[in-house]
Amino acid sequence: MGHIKLTNVKKSFGAVDVIHDVNLEIEDGEFVVFVGPSGCGKSTLLRMIAGLDRPTSGDLAIDGKVVNTVPAADRGLAMVFQSYALYPHMSVRQNLAFGLENTRMPKDEIAARIAEAARMLEIEAYLDRRPGQLSGGQRQRVAIGRAIVRRPVAFLLDEPLSNLDAELRGSTRAELAALHARLAATMIYVTHDQVEAMTLADRIVVLRAGRIEQVGTPLDLYNRPANRFVAGFIGSPHMNFLEGTVEAAGPGRSVVALAGGQKLELPSTGMAGARVTLGVRPHHITLGRSESSLSAKLTLVEALGAETVLHADLSGQKILVVAPGQHDLAPGESIDLSLAAAPIHLFD
Amino acid sequence: MSGIVRFLTRRRGGKGWHWTDIVTWAWLIGGLLVMFGPAVWLVGSSFKSPAALAEFPPTILPYVTQKVTVEGYDKPLDLYEATLEDGSTAVLAEVRRIGVVSQMVDPKDPGEIVKVNIAKRTPVREMSFATDNYTEPFTHFDFVRYLWNSVFVTVTATLITLVVNSMAAFALSKYEFRGRTMAMLLILATLMVPLSVIMVPLYSIVSALGLFNNLWGVILPTVATPTGVFILRQYMLTIPDELVDAARMDKASEWQIYWRIILPLTAPALAVLAIFSVVWRWNDFLWPLIVLSRKELYTLQVGLSIYSGELNVQWHFILAMTVVTMIPVVLVFIFLQRFITTGIAGTGLK
Amino acid sequence: MRTHNSGKSSLGALVMAPIHFLMGILDAPLRWLQRATGIGGMAAFFLMPNMLIFGIFVLLPFFINFAYSMTGGTALFLPDRTFVGAGQYARLFDCRSYLDPGSCAEDTFWTAVKNTAWFVVLQVTLMILVSLVTALILNRDLAARSFWRAVFFFPVLLSPVVVGLIWKWILQRQGLLNFGLYGLGFDPHVWLNDRNWAFAATIGVSIWAHMGFYTLILLAGLQAIPKDLYEAAEMDGTRPARAFWRITLPLLMPNLLVVVVLVLIRAVQIFDEVYVLTGGGPGTSTLYLTQYIYETGFAAQLRNPGLAAAASILMGAVLVVLTLLQLGLGRSEKKGGRK
Repeated sequence: MGHIKLTNVKKSFGAVDVIHDVNLEIEDGEFVVFVGPSGCGKSTLLRMIAGLDRPTSGDLAIDGKVVNTVPAADRGLAMVFQSYALYPHMSVRQNLAFGLENTRMPKDEIAARIAEAARMLEIEAYLDRRPGQLSGGQRQRVAIGRAIVRRPVAFLLDEPLSNLDAELRGSTRAELAALHARLAATMIYVTHDQVEAMTLADRIVVLRAGRIEQVGTPLDLYNRPANRFVAGFIGSPHMNFLEGTVEAAGPGRSVVALAGGQKLELPSTGMAGARVTLGVRPHHITLGRSESSLSAKLTLVEALGAETVLHADLSGQKILVVAPGQHDLAPGESIDLSLAAAPIHLFD
Repeated sequence: MSGIVRFLTRRRGGKGWHWTDIVTWAWLIGGLLVMFGPAVWLVGSSFKSPAALAEFPPTILPYVTQKVTVEGYDKPLDLYEATLEDGSTAVLAEVRRIGVVSQMVDPKDPGEIVKVNIAKRTPVREMSFATDNYTEPFTHFDFVRYLWNSVFVTVTATLITLVVNSMAAFALSKYEFRGRTMAMLLILATLMVPLSVIMVPLYSIVSALGLFNNLWGVILPTVATPTGVFILRQYMLTIPDELVDAARMDKASEWQIYWRIILPLTAPALAVLAIFSVVWRWNDFLWPLIVLSRKELYTLQVGLSIYSGELNVQWHFILAMTVVTMIPVVLVFIFLQRFITTGIAGTGLK
Repeated sequence: MRTHNSGKSSLGALVMAPIHFLMGILDAPLRWLQRATGIGGMAAFFLMPNMLIFGIFVLLPFFINFAYSMTGGTALFLPDRTFVGAGQYARLFDCRSYLDPGSCAEDTFWTAVKNTAWFVVLQVTLMILVSLVTALILNRDLAARSFWRAVFFFPVLLSPVVVGLIWKWILQRQGLLNFGLYGLGFDPHVWLNDRNWAFAATIGVSIWAHMGFYTLILLAGLQAIPKDLYEAAEMDGTRPARAFWRITLPLLMPNLLVVVVLVLIRAVQIFDEVYVLTGGGPGTSTLYLTQYIYETGFAAQLRNPGLAAAASILMGAVLVVLTLLQLGLGRSEKKGGRK
């Protein structure tokens, strides 16, 4: 149980359209991440699924039943909020129990569920404390616990890790993944952090300005971005984009003249004379001279130990290269870049 | 001791006395006397017997003329120190007074009447607190009833004020609906319509509702205070909306969200409003004076003013009742003064 | 958020238990209401009691007050009253000379207007002066400032009736004031039987009762002025008097304006403590507008609600002008920005 379907969902606040015609189907047990820059409508979409906001038009179905007019309380969903939204005047135990008491569940059943969730999340030790006495990470666990005890049809998580420090975020991410594996429940997770999206998701939904740009598995999105926006958004550091013009287009082989004059041979492109944008990931560029290599001037070298991040100027276009290992290079030097082995994405 | 003096007279920069320092201390000490003096004088007077109250010049502390029971006389007699014709003085009891002559007897030897000019005798006095002033109104007058009416009005009005205003503040802070700004403006606009402007029609409405000569007629018009809605709403705006969303996801009804989530979190603002409301309602005068015309319904304030306006004012009772009326407010002042003053400085309301 | 110790929380639980019970009982019907009307309906439900009370006890009287002012007779309820148009207003304004209340048909009204006008002018001026001086003094580097602040604040909480009685007791023939003067060799005087002294007493007593409140607002304004401004002025060799006129007063202006308007609005409506202190007397020397309205509408032998309503509308108009003045001043102050 936990199949969610959005059909032609639209939302506008006054004259401002924040969600345009979204169609999406989320399978039972799936971990779906909504990702996109702030203001893309991902939180609004989640709040509409939750029932906290009403869609302006379109249908929202949970397990085949249209729930447009069903209030949040009756949709059987649970939500983890960005601020955790723990009730500050209640103890952790009361926070966990509140939602269950509202369903008039027997007291021993409530106690059993709280005990189980507390064990799972290792929060037994501070069940009688108030949220104000807990650390950020502990509060986050309680927030998740409050959702778990409800045994919801689906979990909705609104940027649940954004208030944690970097280290805690990493470990909690792993725990969330484990939790999903264990509960096998549908989870919808909103974040602006593509690393969280890549590591957690079964499927990622990339949103921009109220529209779905692409839906797919993390590697789908990484390997086959549907457009330049998705390509730029997924992957870290960002993909390089190089402007150019197709000079000659032959069967299986064509030549692109990059802005600045250097030329690049590619397996296939569009028509001759067309202006194109080439996308190539920093990790896929190799250092070293070859017959098709490009020459660039280094502007900045960031030595990270295991790898070296090189910022370079390719005849007026900026390019970023991540080279494994350590390299004895300095800004101002010329380097040769080979794109021979790199998967190259073409955008119009 | 000198340390305390030095602390209290500490001045900026530790320089010599500037004329502004003298003005400051004169003003402060004067203020202390003028602000507390009258109330202290009232409290002191409230312990004096009617005879002592009628004296001029008055004494600072309550004194009464000593009385003795003398053999052969039913009532206790006043004791005087009299200067006799031979120049000696004796303590005698006055039997009766005829013109300027007082007929006195020696309490130890009551057989012989001594005549003394009243200018030549001074009463023998002792300090005595006339606690009758306090106990008698409680037994003989409607005072207990007034006290109860005042307590009933204050407590009921404050409770309703808290519930009604917090509900409105909740609606105005946590819901989006058309006309919300309009409702808020309407509420604030009522600040401009004081009682003195609408008392005639308000009286007719209260009468039409059958609330004339009814304590509810005093309570109901006061319970929807714009200031109350305003401070509660300002406070509720600081409670994150996500808490409301979380409660909705937790299957809480809107009513539960109000009383299990929002109300407990608004406790500090509710406390401020409760204190103000208690002081306001306890002190209300003009409206109860209009609505209540039956003696047994008077509040303390109305009862006091009616009694003090009578032709033959029984000051000894009035003073004692005034002191009792002051007590709750003085308690509020002592324990919550800091709380109130910061509240006023912060919001500018009274 | 601190943990409560068990004793306190169990006491709290005891107090809260009946409230919880009551609120819990209400939950079932209100859930039903929520199901029937949705969340929007619940917002209306929460707003309803307040709006109802405002509507019945503030807005409705406000509007029918105009109707009252255009009717005559002694009947209480509007339908029983006869329409007289602007008759009541005409009666109020029927004067041969507005400067002489004796020449007016409704001479007590004009006496009350004249008394109130004098009261407002004198009381507001003195109140502002006294509060400002007190605030300035409390803003000095004083030991135990909060104690001194409390001293001046004390009478604010007292009920007007108590205030009136305290001073009635002090100003009477055997009172404290005469006692003090007797000590200095003066004869006792019955202050409240003297027209001028009674008038002065109403001013003095109302200042005594309320100055603490305004002092508090002004003190808050003074404390909001950054100390480094004075230090900078001192470095520039500015004399304290000049610093007061050029720094303190301009920066205090917003608070001062609020206080002036508040004092004005309250002064126009003065009633309670004066009613207890002098009852408007001797004669009509301390009869102010609110008491005139009260007596005309309720207390007089032949009460005239229409006339009282007309007078109250005139007073309301003055109050609205004063309030708008405050709003206008506040806005221009904001527009002017920081100085």
